[in-house]
Amino acid sequence: MAETAEAHADTQFEFITFSAGGQSYCLEITQIREIRRWTPVTALPHTPADVLGVMNLRGAVIPIFDLSARFGLGATPANERNVVIVAAVDGATIGLQVESVSEILSVDKSEIQETPDIKSEATRNSIQGMISVDDTMVRVVNLGAVVESGKGLPA
Amino acid sequence: MSGNSIRDTFFEECEELLEALVEGLSQMEQAPDDMEVVNAVFRSVHSIKGGAGAFALDRLVSFAHSFETVMDKVRDRDLAVDEKLMSLFHRAGDHLSDLVESARDETHLDDEAESGLIGELDSYLGDEAAAEEFSFDAVTLDFDGPAIELPSEDDSSAMRVFDIRFEPSRALYENGHEPLLILDALADLGELTVEADISRIPEFDAFDPADAFLSWHMRLASSEPETTLHEVFEFVEGLCDLDISVTTGPEEGPLTAPLDPEPSTGTEEPIAEIEAAEPQDEDPPYEGPPRERRKEPRGPKPTLRVDLDRVDRLINTVGELIINQAMISQRIEELDLPTVAHLTNELEAYKLLARDIQEGVMAIRAQPVKPLFQRMSRIVREASDATGKKAKMVTVGDSTEVDKTVIERLADPLTHMVRNAVDHGLEKPDGRDSAGKDPVGTIRLSASHRSGSVLIEISDDGAGLNRERILAKAIEKGLVPPDVELSDPEIDNLLFLPGFSTAGEVSALSGRGVGMDVVKNAVHALGGRVSITSTPGKGTTFAIVLPLTLAVMDGFVISVADQTMVIPISSILETIRPNPRDIHVVGTDSQVVSVRGSYVPIVDVADNLGLSRHDDTAGAGILLLVSTELQGLTALRVTAIHDQRQVVIKSLESNYAAIRGVSAATILGDGKIALILDPEELINLAHASGNDPFAQHSRMELRHG
Repeated sequence: MAETAEAHADTQFEFITFSAGGQSYCLEITQIREIRRWTPVTALPHTPADVLGVMNLRGAVIPIFDLSARFGLGATPANERNVVIVAAVDGATIGLQVESVSEILSVDKSEIQETPDIKSEATRNSIQGMISVDDTMVRVVNLGAVVESGKGLPA
Repeated sequence: MSGNSIRDTFFEECEELLEALVEGLSQMEQAPDDMEVVNAVFRSVHSIKGGAGAFALDRLVSFAHSFETVMDKVRDRDLAVDEKLMSLFHRAGDHLSDLVESARDETHLDDEAESGLIGELDSYLGDEAAAEEFSFDAVTLDFDGPAIELPSEDDSSAMRVFDIRFEPSRALYENGHEPLLILDALADLGELTVEADISRIPEFDAFDPADAFLSWHMRLASSEPETTLHEVFEFVEGLCDLDISVTTGPEEGPLTAPLDPEPSTGTEEPIAEIEAAEPQDEDPPYEGPPRERRKEPRGPKPTLRVDLDRVDRLINTVGELIINQAMISQRIEELDLPTVAHLTNELEAYKLLARDIQEGVMAIRAQPVKPLFQRMSRIVREASDATGKKAKMVTVGDSTEVDKTVIERLADPLTHMVRNAVDHGLEKPDGRDSAGKDPVGTIRLSASHRSGSVLIEISDDGAGLNRERILAKAIEKGLVPPDVELSDPEIDNLLFLPGFSTAGEVSALSGRGVGMDVVKNAVHALGGRVSITSTPGKGTTFAIVLPLTLAVMDGFVISVADQTMVIPISSILETIRPNPRDIHVVGTDSQVVSVRGSYVPIVDVADNLGLSRHDDTAGAGILLLVSTELQGLTALRVTAIHDQRQVVIKSLESNYAAIRGVSAATILGDGKIALILDPEELINLAHASGNDPFAQHSRMELRHG
């Protein structure tokens, strides 16, 4: 279960849900700094395909990850309507490119289910938990894992 | 809280004083007779002692006292400075700085060395040592610095006549002081004659009872030292015009007479007070050369201590300002206004102003390399002691200013290199003798500004590098294949390879597990380069080239494939628009360009960054000629050069990770990010890529993406 979830065990959690690679994901709202329209990025050499490049966020250089590619769902097709979720993790600021942002989800801690024992270790690592909303399932993204494996490549 | 901050201030001041001490000692070496220098040294030690006394740092006080006492004898010309004494002073200075450090960090220091040093120092004192010691004990309670009164003790019986002019200001009365009480206190010290000057009292109509009109002229015959007189006026100094001078001293009248006309009035700063007061106190009993001592404007320059964070914040903001300025310029250009003449002028002025501000802000962080160099003189001393070699250090250009961070991060590599220079560079004295050289080796440290960068050189006049041994060693360690053919510079550069440590073959001194590769990495991390030149029999020189600041640099805006990038101007020797005839293909895909008769390999930047789609054929693009240590001259091929401008360096590492071939990023006028290339790394990458499967792999991947 998410550490953050345990930290505020008695409160309601707010998540922002978004879709990437046709699936719906969410991030806890406190991790998100802002949501921006897609602007062209500067590509970085010697980086994996899911690192799109870097973007200027008011003077700071932040890397942009393609979340869909990150999760092995193929590169997000270029689209004007793509959005970048700017999030903070471990003191660094990063951007996640997603197809669209949907809504704010207010859930109780008990509604977050642990990630079932699925085959792919990588996937299990990057998904902290799941929330079911109506008929659909929303995956809670583990930001730390997204950044970690992005950096882990030898340069 | 406040207690701590005073303590911090003391240690900060100690640092400055120690710097002055080391500087003074090295000057003493050149001119042992220059009393001004001796005084400066004495004052440093003395001020440290004074301050340490206030914080009850007894150990520091007692050592500083021994040091100071010997120094004092030199000052009085009772003791001639010879090589041995000089070396003792150096060691004492080193130990003093160790003591200050240990007091600051509250760590414990080994007593043995200290007692040895104190013993050595005391041996210079002879019989007087005991007496001095005694008088010292008597005055440690004195807050202002005990030694002030030391000499006066000897002179306690001498009666002197002081001439005192006391002219209270209005503020003195407003602060509730009463001149009569002061006069009474003076009368207690000896025989006092007072003369009031009432000439300034105005007509009754104009009389303002709150103003000060009276002044007094006094003559005091007293055996008390002058400090005691100053103590009487302690609380009103600054509120009055005070002039204390010694008119006659029965024993040494003629000598002291001309010394007087410079009293210490109104000095607020404690250090300055001690400095000002001290010569006066000590002049009469000692017949040191009095004149020079007076004209010492060497007090600390007025400075402002500012929290480094604030400066950095300011620097960041100025960086944003420069980016913003570039953006505005670009936007206005895009507007394509019909008559923009005026606007262009204003814009140009804005640009210049922004640059001025930026330079000014950078200057705040810039500091002279002097303290760093001074630290090295200690390393030279220690290293030469440990190896039984004789070495002296010469510094050139130590007022060259470099960014503070650079100075801090350069300390370790420089220490290592200086140590190496003594240990490996210099020969043993007899070896030097037979080579017809001065038995005392010279380590030369120089710093200078060179076209936007700082050049620091460490050179020795030793035997030069033993290339055969280096090569043999590299082969033995498996760093290069045994049959390799290397040019001399290439062999020299083997020293920088990781895993090449000469520790095995030499003393414990250099073998501290730090190889030259660590030095190289440290310099690289600062965006600098280190290179090596060596002449057999003449010596070896290491040159470090560093950027002036870590925040801004001048670069060419270039395009590589379809990306805009920046390359540091400092690394580029020349730009060439090549004639297709000059480009030749070597092997299957390597190209060389002929530049004035010599062939220079071409490295395609886009290719190496995995960006190219190979649509540009040979001959297209522009070549940037760069020089590197490992690969020599290389031409980097880029698609075009657009502009030359100042760019603000933004770290990639803070939010992502380091990327090979790219040193940082910057933000261009249109708000987009451009990568700043690292030419050296790019070239190394090109040479390595042939057998680096990963480089191949990532290129594939990007193409898919």
